[in-house]
Amino acid sequence: MSILEIENLECRHGLLIAVRGIGFTVNEGEILALVGANGAGKTTLMRTIAGAHRPAAGRISFDGKDVTALKAHKRVGLGIALVPEGRRLFTGMTVEENLKVAGAHGRKGDWTLDKVLEAFPQLKPKLKARAGDLSGGQQQATAIGRALMTNPRLLLLDEVSLGLSPLAVDQVYNSLSGLMRGGTTIIIVEQDLSRALAVSTRIICMLEGGIALEGPAAALDREQITAAYFGLNRGQKELA
Amino acid sequence: MNFVNQLLQGVLLGGFYALLACGLSFLFGVMRIINLAHGSLAVLAAFLLMEFCNDTNFSPFGGLLLVLPVMALVGWVLQFAVLDRSLKAGPLIPILSTFGVAIILDNSMFEHYGANSQSLGPFIGDLAYGSWNLTSSLYIGQLDALIFATAVVVLGALQFTLARTPLGRTIRATADDPSVVDLIGVNSRMVYAAVAAIAIMLTGLAGAFLGMRASFDPYAGGPMLIFAFETVVIGGLGSLWGTLLGGIVLGVSQNIGAAISPHGFLIAGHVVFLAVLIARTFSHRLTWRPRFSRKVATA
Repeated sequence: MSILEIENLECRHGLLIAVRGIGFTVNEGEILALVGANGAGKTTLMRTIAGAHRPAAGRISFDGKDVTALKAHKRVGLGIALVPEGRRLFTGMTVEENLKVAGAHGRKGDWTLDKVLEAFPQLKPKLKARAGDLSGGQQQATAIGRALMTNPRLLLLDEVSLGLSPLAVDQVYNSLSGLMRGGTTIIIVEQDLSRALAVSTRIICMLEGGIALEGPAAALDREQITAAYFGLNRGQKELA
Repeated sequence: MNFVNQLLQGVLLGGFYALLACGLSFLFGVMRIINLAHGSLAVLAAFLLMEFCNDTNFSPFGGLLLVLPVMALVGWVLQFAVLDRSLKAGPLIPILSTFGVAIILDNSMFEHYGANSQSLGPFIGDLAYGSWNLTSSLYIGQLDALIFATAVVVLGALQFTLARTPLGRTIRATADDPSVVDLIGVNSRMVYAAVAAIAIMLTGLAGAFLGMRASFDPYAGGPMLIFAFETVVIGGLGSLWGTLLGGIVLGVSQNIGAAISPHGFLIAGHVVFLAVLIARTFSHRLTWRPRFSRKVATA
């Protein structure tokens, strides 16, 4: 059953078209990886789904409800949470405050402060530390934990490994693995193709605002995605 | 002993300046808006209170029960009608917009109330001039003490709210990154409206005390804005306890200046303000702290 439906979505930054009339669906429990070069429109697409960017045309439906015109804070209430690129924590506040402020305004559900700390044990000794003073990996864990505190049904993870050391990336993905196994629907933007193939059930490769390749992760190999990534296989759009 | 009395009166005057400035500081700390209509809004509250007292013969303190919610409503409307729209157009437009609001308010009050100076002093009886004489040359004015205590209570309550309550966390998160709070379910426009309502209500409280301790006229908002602005700058932008300290420094400076020369009251305050401004600009130790930092918020 699809939880998210995108139809003919077009997003602009002024005169620049960032997303060009794309459409796809995401099923409940699915982990969709969005890959593509810088400027392909991945982040704009994620922000538009979350309600942080107003689309120029098209339709976004979440759980059967048209949310295209819905404000970002109301989408959180429905169960859409975005972990933005660059983490964007409230750096003047403590880790605990970052988590609690999200918990106070999101949906009610299973995710509590204790459960987030269980999923990200590296945050336990840092609860009273200022978010701006954390390492990159700890900040990313806080950002994901903050999104989880809103009890999302659809979690949007934008470039979770960006700017992190390989060790920190492993740690973040280890923490995410339980979440992924638990059936949470996730759309993840990931530059590391191997990682994207390993964690996702389906992959969409974006190129110049459109979809260059789409298919189940198990049916795609690195070469096919790389070709789509650089626009070498225009015409071959969907494998499944 | 006379010098000690000047210091004491300066500290008490600082309480009034802190109360006058805390709305300005709060609004700037969260929304990064310098509200140039701040002084005019304080004077508006004083006029509203005067009108209430004239019509009902009630005490101004009773009138605050009516005037403060009205001022909160004014802040709420100001946010949605002016600030919310102008904020989208960059940092300069809100300054110009609030300057426009100040001009409209000043001239509307002039049109409605005339040019005569007014005072709420006659409505509060002995409190307007009563004092406790500690020694023959050392005294504490009862109204000044009440204003100072009110300033401490208001700043303490604001500090507690920001540091310890869910509303305070939400306000601080909004101050930290307004574009992200919406992504965790916070309606940032409503937070801004609540902050504007609280800030203008506090400005109204300061306006009430302005009317009780001195005379005011429709154009008294300008000087009040300058004193509030100097207090905020001396105390550190957006810092609440810094606002109290800034008010005390300004008040003490003015009183010492007045003791040195009859014309020294305003000049001394302005000189200290400029000295702090220059020091903050060029010294790394006195860097600007333009938002509610953790140190301020959780102290």
